[in-house]
Amino acid sequence: MKERNTTKQVRTEVEIAGVTLKNPVVTASGTFGSGMEYGDLTDLSQLGAVVTKGVANVPWAGNDVPRIAETPSGMMNAIGLQNPGIDTFIRRDLAFLEKVDTRVIVNVCGRSVEDYCEVVERLSDEKRVDLLEINISCPNVKEGGIAFGQDPKCAMEVTQAVKRAAKVPVIMKLSPNVTDIAEMARAVEAGGADAVSLINTLTGMKIDIHRRTFALANKTGGVSGPAIRPIAVRMVYQAAHAVKIPVIGMGGITCAEDALEFLMAGASAVAVGTAHFHDPLASVKTARGIAEFMEAEGVTDIRELIGCVE
Amino acid sequence: MEAEKVYVKALVREQKPVGTQIFSLLLEEKSIASMAKPGQFLSVYCRDQSRLLPRPISICEADPDAGTLRLVYRIAGEGTREFAGLRSGDTVQVLGPLGNGFPLQEAEGKKVFLIGGGIGIPPMVELARRLPGEKQIIAGYRDEVFLTKELSENGELFIATEDGSTGTKGTVLDCIRENGLHADVIYACGPTPMLRALKEYAAQEGIPCWLSLEQRMACGIGACLACVCKSVEKDEHSQVHNKRICAEGPVFEAGQICL
Ligand SMILES: Cc1cc2nc3c(=O)[nH]c(=O)nc-3n(C[C@H](O)[C@H](O)[C@H](O)COP(=O)(O)OP(=O)(O)OC[C@H]3O[C@@H](n4cnc5c(N)ncnc54)[C@H](O)[C@@H]3O)c2cc1C
Ligand SMILES: Cc1cc2nc3c(=O)[nH]c(=O)nc-3n(C[C@H](O)[C@H](O)[C@H](O)COP(=O)(O)O)c2cc1C
Ligand code: FES
Repeated sequence: MKERNTTKQVRTEVEIAGVTLKNPVVTASGTFGSGMEYGDLTDLSQLGAVVTKGVANVPWAGNDVPRIAETPSGMMNAIGLQNPGIDTFIRRDLAFLEKVDTRVIVNVCGRSVEDYCEVVERLSDEKRVDLLEINISCPNVKEGGIAFGQDPKCAMEVTQAVKRAAKVPVIMKLSPNVTDIAEMARAVEAGGADAVSLINTLTGMKIDIHRRTFALANKTGGVSGPAIRPIAVRMVYQAAHAVKIPVIGMGGITCAEDALEFLMAGASAVAVGTAHFHDPLASVKTARGIAEFMEAEGVTDIRELIGCVE
Repeated sequence: MEAEKVYVKALVREQKPVGTQIFSLLLEEKSIASMAKPGQFLSVYCRDQSRLLPRPISICEADPDAGTLRLVYRIAGEGTREFAGLRSGDTVQVLGPLGNGFPLQEAEGKKVFLIGGGIGIPPMVELARRLPGEKQIIAGYRDEVFLTKELSENGELFIATEDGSTGTKGTVLDCIRENGLHADVIYACGPTPMLRALKEYAAQEGIPCWLSLEQRMACGIGACLACVCKSVEKDEHSQVHNKRICAEGPVFEAGQICL
């Protein structure tokens, strides 16, 4: 790791709904566990926040295998939101994060509005939680399995319900599998969201021509990684222009240069996800690279860069 | 605290073919070589950024004194094809050692079977080397045999080939029966149908059996939950009947998992 003792002071802090992150780089939910597994490879305190794997009210077993496939410059996953449930999460994962010097954003999944609210209520006395991120790309069982995030009315209703239950600010994580992302961003803002994050994975399909079957047991899966980056930048730009609340941008970020595109498009913070599978230090290197870019370009405050491309 | 695994660039010392489309890659990486246990694996990364997932490859040999690791792999697609192009003096990004490895203590004072099938044979080399007692190695191939010298140097080697070109014609179990072999414990790695048959055999014989499993992986370190297998008991980490092959495995007691 390169030591830089001649660092000129650059201000990298950003604010999301009143919560200050030491730098704009966080981990994307589901790609980093709760940071535990990466802890002996990277210095978690160099991150703006750790965003945890989606947690539900009860344990979820997830999908059958194969759950992932590689795609050109990306991957497809259908993990099926396997998670140990909120009780184990609080006892083990939150306890681990207690000792880590960074912000904690807990990602929440659910199959019904009640599921989401139950998790949010269980977390309401946990001091370690700085922000909540609500994954609305989950299928709504009551509406025949269409994702909450694919219908503006459903998305707004979840937001309102979660906001009533939450004691910390709420980030609504949007699904990109919609025609008009700006409409979705406005819907959750109207529902009271404190911030939005995007993009979640884009639904894809891969066929194994030799086995004449689907590459994933689930048939479809979410595409992530560098392949989706231009789509993500475009959607972040559109969302940032549609709402007044802060936007957290993600989708294919591998390095500072990628992250800066999102910041300039209007994101106040960025998440690194799939890139961790190619380099476990990707998020930490991205954070460092942004500071280096600022020094090189003579930018003293990161806020000068956020949304600078109109 | 000393690191359990490292993400490093390893130096390629030698690359040579050991069979049709099968290569042996000798890497210099002192810290992994000193930590590695038989049955553990490395995540090997492609240089081509369009292939972003690491390829899990078993440790075939680890020499802590020389600081070297040997991987033996078959070209199965573009990633392994890229690895086959590595030459002495090149570097390759790796993460490891990963996974639990075979429980050596379970063999103490016992007669062991080491059973490898196809590209599951490589990890048996280091396992055979590190297990002290009486061991019989049963290697199953389709047709062409490889690593037979390394195996026979470290135990009594029996071979099965599907086409009958060497040793018993048939499976590793056919080989065990043909030679009237018996053991107190089994260690095995290979294709799922072979592992399934061995699980059943071990249950009939009433002997413990340790199997090394394979699954698609992304993180390789237990964070993404891509690589699970079904477990009989509720798993402590997942709180469901799922175990992570990269973290709780790749080696499991046969009775604990559903195949
Ligand atoms: C714990 C473990 C140990 C292994 N040890 C060895 C070994 O010692 N020697 C050896 O030759 N092979 C081994 N394999 C299999 C090896 O990982 C695959 O052959 C390799 O990943 C194929 O990559 P590719 O790019 O050539 O093929 P592609 O088919 O192009 O790969 C596409 C994607 O699928 C994944 N993939 C394809 N086949 C497998 C597979 N069988 N298991 C897991 N992922 C797969 C790749 O990693 C990649 O992400 C091991 C697998 C596991 C899980
Ligand atoms: C293996 C995997 C698991 C994921 N799990 C979750 C999850 O639990 N909750 C969630 O909101 N998003 C999840 N995501 C989506 C990511 O957080 C992110 O939005 C998406 O992958 C795009 O970013 P990337 O290209 O940097 O990975 C997951 C993505 C991957 C690849
Ligand atoms: S590969 Fe990520 S949990 Fe095993």
